[in-house]
Amino acid sequence: MLEESSEPGWLSEEVKTGTTIIAIEFDGGVVLGSDSRVSAGETVVNRVMNKLSLLHDKIYCALSGSAADAQTIAEMVNYQLDVHSIEVGEDPQVRSAATLVKNISYKYKEELSAHLIVAGWDKRGGGQVYVTLNGLLSRQPFAVGGSGSSYVYGFVDAEYRKAMSKEDCQQFVVNTLSLAMSRDGSSGGVAYLVTIDEKGAEEKCILGNELPTFYDQ
Amino acid sequence: MTSYDLSASTFSPDGRVFQVEYAMKAVENSSTAIGIRCKDGVVFGVEKLVLSKLYEQGSNKRIFNVDRHVGMAVAGLLADARSLSEVAREEASNFRSNYGHNIPLKYLSERVAMYVHAYTLYSAVRPFGCSFIFGSYDQDDGPQLYMVDPSGISFGYWGCAIGKAKQAAKTEIEKLQMKDMTCRELVKEVAKIIYIVHDEVKDKAFELELSWVGEVTNGKHELVPKDIRVEAEKYAKASFPSSVAGEEGNCSGIST
Repeated sequence: MLEESSEPGWLSEEVKTGTTIIAIEFDGGVVLGSDSRVSAGETVVNRVMNKLSLLHDKIYCALSGSAADAQTIAEMVNYQLDVHSIEVGEDPQVRSAATLVKNISYKYKEELSAHLIVAGWDKRGGGQVYVTLNGLLSRQPFAVGGSGSSYVYGFVDAEYRKAMSKEDCQQFVVNTLSLAMSRDGSSGGVAYLVTIDEKGAEEKCILGNELPTFYDQ
Repeated sequence: MTSYDLSASTFSPDGRVFQVEYAMKAVENSSTAIGIRCKDGVVFGVEKLVLSKLYEQGSNKRIFNVDRHVGMAVAGLLADARSLSEVAREEASNFRSNYGHNIPLKYLSERVAMYVHAYTLYSAVRPFGCSFIFGSYDQDDGPQLYMVDPSGISFGYWGCAIGKAKQAAKTEIEKLQMKDMTCRELVKEVAKIIYIVHDEVKDKAFELELSWVGEVTNGKHELVPKDIRVEAEKYAKASFPSSVAGEEGNCSGIST
């Protein structure tokens, strides 16, 4: 059978971070988690991408949707927060970072196709998680996003408890990512974790064979 | 001396910008305004001279609302002050739109000061002939008080005064232990200071404009309610040995 085009599919398909992303608050901080698969159609173009992007020292965002759109929004907001924090003379609030992301997502909602979950720690509000899907802004105790999130809504709704400790939250995030990555074709690779509290942000990478296994794995 | 004061873009040989100094003189010709920061809020008092009996009471306000949690008291050319209050309002509004929370007062006063300063650089425009005092209160930063003058600098204060009797007012303010007072106590003291510095001989009638923002108003800047203002004025008049129609005793306490 003759192929219609001599070019491989991944050159013409849009590059998406198919993704599973998650962020959760605990008393005194937040935990963010993501997978590492970047796909262009059926091809995995990057199997180790870190989708947890720094916006400021203690504010990170998790990228999903179109890779270019998400990265560009994160870079712009990182710049704006740098300027803002110098002008006001103190660390920016998580709410400010989320508002900046929301302003871009809403203004260009027709052209962009990315969803960023913003999470971090500030001295006024402690650990906070904000959802900015489609240009809305909403604070939630935890949030999941990306194509893999559909497979784990049931799990997170059932397993989430209020007032979990930092370690419980980290385990919760790792379990969720592992389940999503095993069912969603667009999520996979390794799991990246970032834990943010008053002292700073701690990044961690969990390799594929170190992830928890569940039924049928 | 003669030709160095014609425009703001010229220094004098001894390093002064005369236009800016003349602008400050315009502020000194205006009646007094004071702002004091206490333990749980900020209180403004303005001696508003009534130039004609035909004026409607409460017109020509000298205290403005810049945002829900920020108030501004002015002295100097009122028209300049009004246009700058619009600038301040826009800054506060844009900040909220961009960053999703109340503008910090230090940042607001720096932005307005930067704007005022821009008008001291060129010969095509004149400097603004007014000073203002900004006050705000919020849960996290507590009460804040900043003053901006025509040269375009801003400082934070516990108490400050602008206008013709600012020296006398400052002396009175320094006597207060404002860090230990609440807004309710401070309102009476502010009224008293305005009455003290008012010159009965040179300026006849005046209206006392009082406003506050603090825990007592839940963080909202507003004019002091009429009954509290009346009570404060009574206290102020009673503190004067030579005051007119002195009612000696205090009325029964105000209920909130």
